[in-house]
Amino acid sequence: MTFSLRFRAAVVSIVLLAAFLGIWHLATRPTAAATNMSPEYAKLMGLTATQGKSAMPGPLDVGAKLWEHLRQPFYDNGPNDKGLGIQLGYSIARVGLGYLLAVVVAIPLGFLIGMSPLMSKALDPFIQVLKPISPLAWMPLALYTIKDSSISAIFVIFICSVWPMLLNTAFGVASVRKEWINVARTLEVGTVRRAFTVILPAAAPTILTGMRISIGIAWLVIVAAEMLVGGTGIGYFVWNEWNNLSITNVIIAILMIGIVGMLLDQILARFTRMVTFPE
Amino acid sequence: MSTFDNPFDPNRHLHAGGCSCGRHVSEAEHQAAQLQAQSAIESEQKRYEGVVASAVMRAMFPQDVARRAFLKSVGAATAAAALSQFFPLKTATEAFAQGGPLEKKDLKVGFIPITCATPIIMAAPMGFYAKNGLNVEVIKTAGWAVIRDKTLNKEYDAAHMLSPMPLAITMGAGSNPIPFTMPAVENINGQAITLSIKHKDKRNPKDWKGFKFAVPFDYSMHNYLLRYYLAEHGLDPDTDVQIRAVPPPEMVANLRADNIDGFLGPDPMNQRAVFDGAGFIHILTKDIWEGHPCCAFAASKEFVTTMPNTYGALLKSIIQATAYAHKAENRKEIANAIAPANYLNQPPIVLEQILTGTFADGLGNIVTQPNRVDFDPFPWQSFAVWIMTQMKRWGQVKGDIDYAGIAAQVYLATDATRLMKEAGLTPPTATTKSFSVMGKTFDPAKPEDYLASFKIRKAS
Repeated sequence: MTFSLRFRAAVVSIVLLAAFLGIWHLATRPTAAATNMSPEYAKLMGLTATQGKSAMPGPLDVGAKLWEHLRQPFYDNGPNDKGLGIQLGYSIARVGLGYLLAVVVAIPLGFLIGMSPLMSKALDPFIQVLKPISPLAWMPLALYTIKDSSISAIFVIFICSVWPMLLNTAFGVASVRKEWINVARTLEVGTVRRAFTVILPAAAPTILTGMRISIGIAWLVIVAAEMLVGGTGIGYFVWNEWNNLSITNVIIAILMIGIVGMLLDQILARFTRMVTFPE
Repeated sequence: MSTFDNPFDPNRHLHAGGCSCGRHVSEAEHQAAQLQAQSAIESEQKRYEGVVASAVMRAMFPQDVARRAFLKSVGAATAAAALSQFFPLKTATEAFAQGGPLEKKDLKVGFIPITCATPIIMAAPMGFYAKNGLNVEVIKTAGWAVIRDKTLNKEYDAAHMLSPMPLAITMGAGSNPIPFTMPAVENINGQAITLSIKHKDKRNPKDWKGFKFAVPFDYSMHNYLLRYYLAEHGLDPDTDVQIRAVPPPEMVANLRADNIDGFLGPDPMNQRAVFDGAGFIHILTKDIWEGHPCCAFAASKEFVTTMPNTYGALLKSIIQATAYAHKAENRKEIANAIAPANYLNQPPIVLEQILTGTFADGLGNIVTQPNRVDFDPFPWQSFAVWIMTQMKRWGQVKGDIDYAGIAAQVYLATDATRLMKEAGLTPPTATTKSFSVMGKTFDPAKPEDYLASFKIRKAS
């Protein structure tokens, strides 16, 4: 009897996870408790100092805290204390908005660059210079000129997700097979119609690959941007818990960031599969 | 001299070094005087009278000695009566207490989550803003530069800042000159030198050669006090040790990870290092300079001028909160009010130890220092002068400095001064006082002489 590859892979995954959690648990066991401490003094100290609790939380601590967060994801205790769900919501909204703006700009522009060799050559130096700039390098400039921290964060998302989309669109459009274009020409299809009926479907997989890279980058950047400007969002949550030296909450946030990032990537991956065609 | 003290008391000691405020022979006498002063302040009204009268008194007698001689010869009651003859104390007090209609009620005030921001933060949960008709949101902010930018952007109406920051900004040191005002000091004292637990036997600073230290910001009292302390012990802070700017939460983590040997940081991080068993408190900064300023309440000049009544109400809330925080018996309540995640996000026991001054030092002792952190809003311009001497001492600013001019421009005197100006009166000129740092007296009138007296300084 042979199990499917999928099943076997799942078993290996679970074993790896269990091993990881086990090692984590063992590595963060408390060391010997402090002995020569007066009770009054011990009352003023934390568990790390009194009971030798590891400074790094174990998987059980994280699990308990995670359960606490998941039970109440949408509480709102004022401007600086909101539930994990609300924080993630803010981040997703920011990423969504910045990303949509990037789509609106990058895809038409990418088409233009891809279809016109002149524009491609003319804009290339600008793109090459702007592309490698770290998104966070824009942050002070954005804060200073836009004068609004949450719009600045959206701008940073926009500016970092626009380049992969732009380049991929341009590449996809430029590398549409010449035969297809020529066929369209012989049938006297106009430029606009040609763009929509021939080039767009042909370039769609490449464009969506660019969009998939972009959403990944946008989600990477939002955490750093929110740590910098603060206020709301999962990045702010990480910063806030770091202030409190709560490594447990930082780990939970990291886990959440990973899961949301994976979901966003999967959504785009699904779209990519939808537009892919067999040649 | 605390703004909340009674200026009409002729028996105040002026230069005795015995107690924490430097005016009493012993700490016990200081406590007794405090109690007396507190029972005297029965109502808000009385307190304003005290603040205004104190400012007027100082205006008339800038010299402590002269004022004392006057009070001694005529008596406090007569002095107050005489004063009100030619200065309408009642009117000025009312003007300060009431103000006009508010231009804006919903305000945003930024803060950095450290205990220095206590009055700004506690005024929200404890209702001091609401009492003055304001709906203030206090917003936790990621760093000093962001606070500055957000205040300039008008996202914040006012903010918590480090007291040397407005000076550095005005002098164009490390940033562009921006017109900021600093109408109130947030807290005095309240910092400490914390060392890694592995150095618990190296209590003599002379053994610290090669140590790596952290301070939160280059333009901070933390940096100047640490450098001063090291230099007084014969270490050149630029060559014998390393001092780096590190955000406060990373100080504790770095201490644990052995990346730094110690830090002069803001609380709660000193106590947090003890709480987590990573470090011990070597010395409180109050033992370096008793009553030194630390953080400040700052607002852009535009806010102050375009919304004077709102600004007045806001400053009044802060002064009320500061007065409340000044009282030892309220400290526990305050610790619990500012501990939640919305504010400092710390275990209440850590904040309680800091604010009440009964704390574990990390070496197994419980220390009692009631004014480990204290609150007094008056922005003494001599503080600014001292800060500028240190900026020059460590090469942050070069050339000739107009010490008194810049101090007067940035460290706005109290709001009482502003309201007196509005009433067409001459505001007080007594905005400087002498103090001593590690036993060395500072004369704000002779900053260059003071500066020249240091052996260890950056060659300029």
